Amino acid sequence: MQIALSVKNISKKFGNFTAVDNVSFDVEDGKFFSILGPSGCGKTTLLRMIAGFLQPDTGSVEISGKNMLGVEPNKRPVNLVFQNLALFPMMNVYDNIAFGLRRRGERGKSVEQKVNSMLKRVGLPDFGLKKINQISGGQKQRIAIARCLVLEPSALLLDEPLGALDAKLREHMKVELKKLQAEVGTTFVYITHDQSEAMVMSDYVAVMNAGHFEQLDTPQNLYSNPSSAFVAQFVGKNNKFIAKQGKDEDGNFFAETEDGHSFKLSKPVDLKKDDDFIELYIRPEAMIINPKVTKENFNILDVTVKALLFDGGNSRLLVEPENSKQELIISLPQNRQFDYIKAKDRIKIGWDPEAAVCFKKTEGKIYEEL
Amino acid sequence: MKNSKISKIRWSFIIFFIPVFLWLFLLIVLPHFELLRMSFQGRSGFTLDNYRAFFSEPIYWLTFVRTASYSILVTFIVLIIALPIAFFITKVVNLRIQGVLLVFLLVPFWVSELIRVYGWMILLRESGVLNHFLVGIGLFKQPTEMLYNDITMIMGLVYTSMLFMIIPLIGVMESLDDSLIEAAYDLGAKKIAIWREIIIPYSMPGIVSGSIIVFMLVLGSYLTPKLMGGKNSLWFTEQIYNQIITYFNWNQGAAFGFLLLVLSSFIIWVALKLTKQDFREVIK
Amino acid sequence: MIRTLPNSKSYLSGYKLFTLLYFIFLFAPLVVIMILAFNDSMFPSLPWKGFTLGWFFGEGPEKIGIFYDKMNLRAITTSFKVAISVSILSTIVGTMAAFLFEQEDFKFKGALYFLMIAPLVIPGVILGISILLFSTTVGLFFENTFGIDIKILRPGFWLIVFGQFSFITTIVTMVISARLRKFDRALEWAASDLGANRFAVIWFITLQYLKPSIIGGAAIAFLMSFENFNTTTFLISSQPTLPIILYQQVRDGSTPVINAISFILIVSASIVAVANIYFRKKEEKLAQ
Repeated sequence: MQIALSVKNISKKFGNFTAVDNVSFDVEDGKFFSILGPSGCGKTTLLRMIAGFLQPDTGSVEISGKNMLGVEPNKRPVNLVFQNLALFPMMNVYDNIAFGLRRRGERGKSVEQKVNSMLKRVGLPDFGLKKINQISGGQKQRIAIARCLVLEPSALLLDEPLGALDAKLREHMKVELKKLQAEVGTTFVYITHDQSEAMVMSDYVAVMNAGHFEQLDTPQNLYSNPSSAFVAQFVGKNNKFIAKQGKDEDGNFFAETEDGHSFKLSKPVDLKKDDDFIELYIRPEAMIINPKVTKENFNILDVTVKALLFDGGNSRLLVEPENSKQELIISLPQNRQFDYIKAKDRIKIGWDPEAAVCFKKTEGKIYEEL
Repeated sequence: MKNSKISKIRWSFIIFFIPVFLWLFLLIVLPHFELLRMSFQGRSGFTLDNYRAFFSEPIYWLTFVRTASYSILVTFIVLIIALPIAFFITKVVNLRIQGVLLVFLLVPFWVSELIRVYGWMILLRESGVLNHFLVGIGLFKQPTEMLYNDITMIMGLVYTSMLFMIIPLIGVMESLDDSLIEAAYDLGAKKIAIWREIIIPYSMPGIVSGSIIVFMLVLGSYLTPKLMGGKNSLWFTEQIYNQIITYFNWNQGAAFGFLLLVLSSFIIWVALKLTKQDFREVIK
Repeated sequence: MIRTLPNSKSYLSGYKLFTLLYFIFLFAPLVVIMILAFNDSMFPSLPWKGFTLGWFFGEGPEKIGIFYDKMNLRAITTSFKVAISVSILSTIVGTMAAFLFEQEDFKFKGALYFLMIAPLVIPGVILGISILLFSTTVGLFFENTFGIDIKILRPGFWLIVFGQFSFITTIVTMVISARLRKFDRALEWAASDLGANRFAVIWFITLQYLKPSIIGGAAIAFLMSFENFNTTTFLISSQPTLPIILYQQVRDGSTPVINAISFILIVSASIVAVANIYFRKKEEKLAQ
């Protein structure tokens, strides 16, 4: 596989603030690559350095094997889809798409042919003469992408382009974008703070925090094998316990929470000091309600149902373990099996220790969800 | 129920309407009808003589043509200087000093035209400050009169009307999203192409409204051409002034006034048609 | 190209130089006037003959400073009276016009709006002569028909006020309309839902919201009136305003006393301008 984009040890400081801290990665040709992180993590700075709007302090950007140091944005073989799309309001759709071609000095038939075939490709033939303010949000999206793709860039950079859309259209556009990328085969580098966007569309996702990559992996691996507490919390929903790690007579590890609950651990943390706290994460859907057949080492917990949070296929239970103030979220499959559960019921939940991940406890808050 | 509500709203309408109507009717509409009527009056009733005089005396219509063409020229010069300045202040300069620059830009224009013209006079005249310096450093052997010629007059008109171009331009450029320029740059455009394809088309409403106001101010200006122009740089407003005040020939003055009004409306109409702008949009 | 993009050194320094030259162009005449107001010379020109405050406070006989210059002082007083009258009148009518065009609906609104903005594009000279002609005709009519002499129709104080009012009101209207357009009318509906009638709503809600623009409009009206020459020059009688007699002195040449007057005007205009900008900025910050 060819490497479309290669970033090596790139850093950028603004005054005393380090926005991007020694980041390196490669993107293979034709892949959908996402950079996922909370706002302020440095992902926009990183993208602007790739596009050429910012000069990195150190490190290099290579596009299709060529070093881009000192090459201006208008000479780079990558194009950027802006957060607000930045379609030119004083031109019609056709002129927007033809803009880049004309800047290269292309004129006449070849421009017309390329623009029209690109319009067809994004599913908007005959839209050429429309004004930008006459088309819908989703259509603008496609025009903004078409405007870049018509230049056949080595990679297309996308800066949260779905951010401005309403929820329903965003869901739809996720699928559209994925399909479009598969069809045109151009490398996409997509930045977002929305983990669902990154997961649904990407071949690879890099989770970024405080200027560096926490983990670069496939979406599946990010979800099931987060390599840090930050990733475990940022990607998907998770239940978290703070506990102390211990070992019983048989040499099996267990975790003891402050509330006195004890859970078996299958993947213990390698601690330097024995009295360090650990964080234990279990996904809502890994917790099984009233498990009938239990494997022998299942962790079982008695809980009280505080509330039923009905949300169709995404319904959950909010529960509280015995003698504890902690709230847990548990997936509630809508297969009518659990229709009997009501608020204030006492139920059992259980999980396979294999499904939990643990990390050494980090000081302070690492990430605050809104 | 419904009726009483409507009658309430009508009351406020009447109270707002009457003074506004009186203002516009008594001070704008009727006086201009009177201007038109007087322009067709002679010693013995209705006549076309006042207009005939305009076309038969070359000094009149030549002044008229000169005034119109110089006004257009001044508008273009003002536009060409104002575009980069407005762009620099809204888009290029450091945000921290942007506010200060804006204040400095606006303050001189709160000072009256007369005083600003007076400043140029004591700078440029034969006994003026600039001559004093130029002779002092030996660049000039003798003081030279730099006032009272067409070039100085045009410079003065550019100077006094500059602000009315810069303000609408800054207004429209502030609303120009930086990402449009970045996107154009990213798609391969160079500076000239960005100006031609993005900035100027986007700023068109500001350019047109600024140009209209500058053009009108220059066309109707009296002090600057009178004080800075030479004997041959007669401005059409001076002709009107002479007819009304000096010769006390109000009918002739009215005809000139009306011609100036028609000319200015016509040129604005042509400009709007050429740039495909709507007057109401532009004036906002 | 713009501040968020990498720019070459030569681009930036070229731009800075251009802007610097522009600002020199902008300020040179004002600075020269202000400096020469303190020159101990009988003419407003160089060489520098030493510092004096004589053009401000001189009692004569050689130097008559502005504070003892009867003719100029009288003109300043007249200008003040005119400017205050114009700014009060045009602020009241301008506010009403803003309400009329932003909140009311009526037949021929478009046509009336067009009339309202027309003074912006009518040269001041033409406004001046047409009002002069009209008032004279009406005055003659009253005198010939009823034998009454209506003073305010003759050139003089009130005709100057009306002449300036006729176009300054347009500008005040536009200043106030701009703010009224941003007003959230839901506030008015809420107030009337709570039992306020239309005038109580306007008084307690809308006018309070409009206050900054009303004050700003009045300040602009005052300044424009104080500085107006083109319209006023056709409407004066025995009591000229300051720009009129300043013009005569500038044209015919005068002592640096006009520099002293200009100095005071420049300083006060700057203060008003800076205050205006400052309050608008503060307002914008509050709005965010």
